[in-house]
Amino acid sequence: MSGAPAKSGTTGKPTVFIVDDHGLFRSGVRSELGDHVDVIGEAEDVQPAITAIAAKEPDVVLLDVHLPGGGGQDVVSAITRTHPAVRFLALSASDAPEDVIAVIRSGARGYVTKTISGAELIDAIRRVAAGDAVFSPRLAGFVLDAFASQPEQQLRPAFDSELDQLTPRERDVLRLIARGYTYKEIGRELFISAKTVESHVSSVLRKLQLSTRHQLTRWAAERRLT
Amino acid sequence: MRKPGRALRRPQQGRIVGGVAGALSARTGIGPNIFRTAFVCSSLAGGFGAAVYVLAWLFIPAAGEDGNIASRALADRRGIALAAGAASLLTVVLMIAALLHVGWLGSLSWPPVVALAGIVLIWRNASREEQRLLRQVAEPILGLSPGGRRSAFWLRVILAGVLLISGAAVVFHERITARVAWPLTGVALLLIAVLLLLGPWWLRIVRDQFAERQARIRAEERAEMASRLHDSVLQTLALIQRRADDPHQVVSLARAQERELRSWLFDGKAPGSLDGRAITVADGIRLIQQEIEAQHGIVVEAISVGECPLDDDLGALLAAAREATVNAAKWSGASDVSLFAEVEPTAVSVYVRDRGRGFDPAAVPADRKGLAESIRARMERRGGSATIRSTLGEGTEVVLTMPRTAGQREPSPAT
Repeated sequence: MSGAPAKSGTTGKPTVFIVDDHGLFRSGVRSELGDHVDVIGEAEDVQPAITAIAAKEPDVVLLDVHLPGGGGQDVVSAITRTHPAVRFLALSASDAPEDVIAVIRSGARGYVTKTISGAELIDAIRRVAAGDAVFSPRLAGFVLDAFASQPEQQLRPAFDSELDQLTPRERDVLRLIARGYTYKEIGRELFISAKTVESHVSSVLRKLQLSTRHQLTRWAAERRLT
Repeated sequence: MRKPGRALRRPQQGRIVGGVAGALSARTGIGPNIFRTAFVCSSLAGGFGAAVYVLAWLFIPAAGEDGNIASRALADRRGIALAAGAASLLTVVLMIAALLHVGWLGSLSWPPVVALAGIVLIWRNASREEQRLLRQVAEPILGLSPGGRRSAFWLRVILAGVLLISGAAVVFHERITARVAWPLTGVALLLIAVLLLLGPWWLRIVRDQFAERQARIRAEERAEMASRLHDSVLQTLALIQRRADDPHQVVSLARAQERELRSWLFDGKAPGSLDGRAITVADGIRLIQQEIEAQHGIVVEAISVGECPLDDDLGALLAAAREATVNAAKWSGASDVSLFAEVEPTAVSVYVRDRGRGFDPAAVPADRKGLAESIRARMERRGGSATIRSTLGEGTEVVLTMPRTAGQREPSPAT
């Protein structure tokens, strides 16, 4: 919630840039978004995407995890270095956890699957534009898995930085997201406000991006093998 | 005998055995430990305390229950027979001990007999919680639980050893003379006589117990079979009715069902189960997702956290989860269902949620087997639980939890 994006101030609609190597999918998303957002450009590979996004500075980039010229994380890291205000929402059919985690760790503020409905996608874009994190049930499941509690580490908290583990509350929130609850429903279930739910999710995102947890890499590597 | 007063109730909390001391303490205001000490002392000195305690246990109702155990025991004819059998057996043993003048044992008379008969009646007629408590106390001693079998074996070996050594010591110390041998022969004759008289009756009681257990196992098997048939055959028939206008679909459904039924009847592979097709929880969840998406044309958002190998209990959990997902696909009207499984160190939970029309769980007709039999009873038979939360117009969530048994609790490689 750090300051509303400057360019959307005039129209109230966030500006969106789509990066996906399937033309059919791009036009599908475009039509689904309709005039709820301002789609200001699209690209189908890493290099063109980086140049175009740097020039147009959209509020939100809808980013496919898999691109022919590399992973979506290359786009994220190149842009966030020069244009920190541009936010990324990963949108992918890929269920491979290591890809999803890689994009999030490079700086994307959320991950949704391509099966998401139009209305939900618009809602997710608005959230990301406002600086919030967007967790699909699948991402919540991945994070719960990657941060699975380790009893032997809990015994020596001094060695385990605060960034390396989830609080019980954050775990509850993620569990409910994985069960298909909306933020509002989660708030009702846990007797907290939807804003508090959002701040829990943002803090999980921060941990996910900043944690140096050895566990996280090991988990992703193991998942790749299976 | 103490007459149970209105306010005399055995508390559920803070009890050590039957809660009798707690009941007396609540009634009189004297600390329960005083009563406990009194019971233990008077039990050791002549067994009187044990008999009074057991009778009180029988006649004082537990807190939150209407009747006492004794009133329920009156209707339990097998239990009464068993109690009488056990009591007569103990009487014979005590008589022999008295004849031989074996120290303190010979001085005992009716209290242990009463206590034993009472415990048998309590054992058979107590409420579920009390039975569980009794089992926890008794299983390690009798060696009924698989885990306690080893230690029970050693307990029995030690007991037998002590008896053998003391018996031998007595015999060799006294020297067998005619003076000792004659009463011994008398005792042996008496024993044979009693065995001849009461032996067949005791045998029949034991056999009855066995038959009762067999009947219970058969009933459980029948219930298991009914829920399997419901999941497979009845579900397919319902699907066929819905798709009656599409002959190809009907044929393929019928063929798939036929194959499944055959493999169950002739190869022993249960329909609707994931036997052999899935070896871990996450595998099973994925299979459920694929099958239901294919059969019902609905999106199943399946997510699993953690991983562990499947056993019979977890197989039942997945079968119930599958049934809950099928229900959501068929009745909710929603276009997608969330299926979330989490493996934790002590339990595995599965959540099935839809945003469909919802229903009133209390208003489901009794002949609808899906919820009651295929989900709830299936979970409870294996020590798990099923909770259904549904709001009209908002959707339904089924929460299934199955505790993990000690054997499978080794850490999974992913954590």
